[in-house]
Amino acid sequence: MTYELSATFAALSDPTRLGILARLSQGELSVKELSEPFSISPPSMTKHLKVLERAGLISRSRDAQKRPCRLESAPLREVDKWLDQYRRSWEHRMNRLDEYLGQLETKGGSKHARRKKR
Amino acid sequence: MLVGKSVEVAVSLPSEREIAFTCRFQRRARLLFEAWTTPEHLRQWWGCEGSSVTHCAIDLRAGGSWSLVMRMPDGSEHPFHGRYREIVRPERLVYTECYEMPQFGNPEWLTTVTFEEDPEGTLVTHTIQHKSREVRDAHLQAGMEQGMVQTLTRLNDHTAAME
Repeated sequence: MTYELSATFAALSDPTRLGILARLSQGELSVKELSEPFSISPPSMTKHLKVLERAGLISRSRDAQKRPCRLESAPLREVDKWLDQYRRSWEHRMNRLDEYLGQLETKGGSKHARRKKR
Repeated sequence: MLVGKSVEVAVSLPSEREIAFTCRFQRRARLLFEAWTTPEHLRQWWGCEGSSVTHCAIDLRAGGSWSLVMRMPDGSEHPFHGRYREIVRPERLVYTECYEMPQFGNPEWLTTVTFEEDPEGTLVTHTIQHKSREVRDAHLQAGMEQGMVQTLTRLNDHTAAME
């Protein structure tokens, strides 16, 4: 199954929702338990949960009375894959830049010397 | 030459339309800024793994244009162009960037690079802001495809760390 990456990103781009996901990564929680550390109203919490649910980032059990929320990792893995790819690509480039600057410095004397820790 | 610790990049998503990364260099901002804005230098380091820069032109002034062509190991060429909006030497660069790929709708975004020097070195923050969701989708799609190819071919592995 593929997830709409942009929907996942949109759902993730909020500190409260990220906080919710972080808490759920420790295990299932009811909405009440989940709301405790956040100073937000219940309707606002419900809205956040709906956004996360629509993006497939969490699921809520249908049967149990408490309807605990659970983290769904599949869309996060897609994001992780993409972000990691992005990170690696830039990390490669930044290291190449750093190496190149090191070469310049060796060639051109120490005017732009790498800062040494003393 | 001193062999430093490799540069580590941390990626974040500051908003729905933005993707940012930060990394720290043990270098002066002045030098990094120069490497980022001079074709002669840019050719030496810009690009994805195994790629090379076959064309690079820069008119470094507000409103000035730049263009660059990246050649991938498979021989394909990827042209980019844009315009500078802000140049604060050696602290800040803002420029538009367009990836000339009709199959992805020629996506265009705004790039902001800041170079913050402190006694230890320089912190570089690179943020791209997409115009719209559609454009970003195209970018993400392109990244995913490329990601799959690279996952297969890449040998030097790093540990993924998304927290």
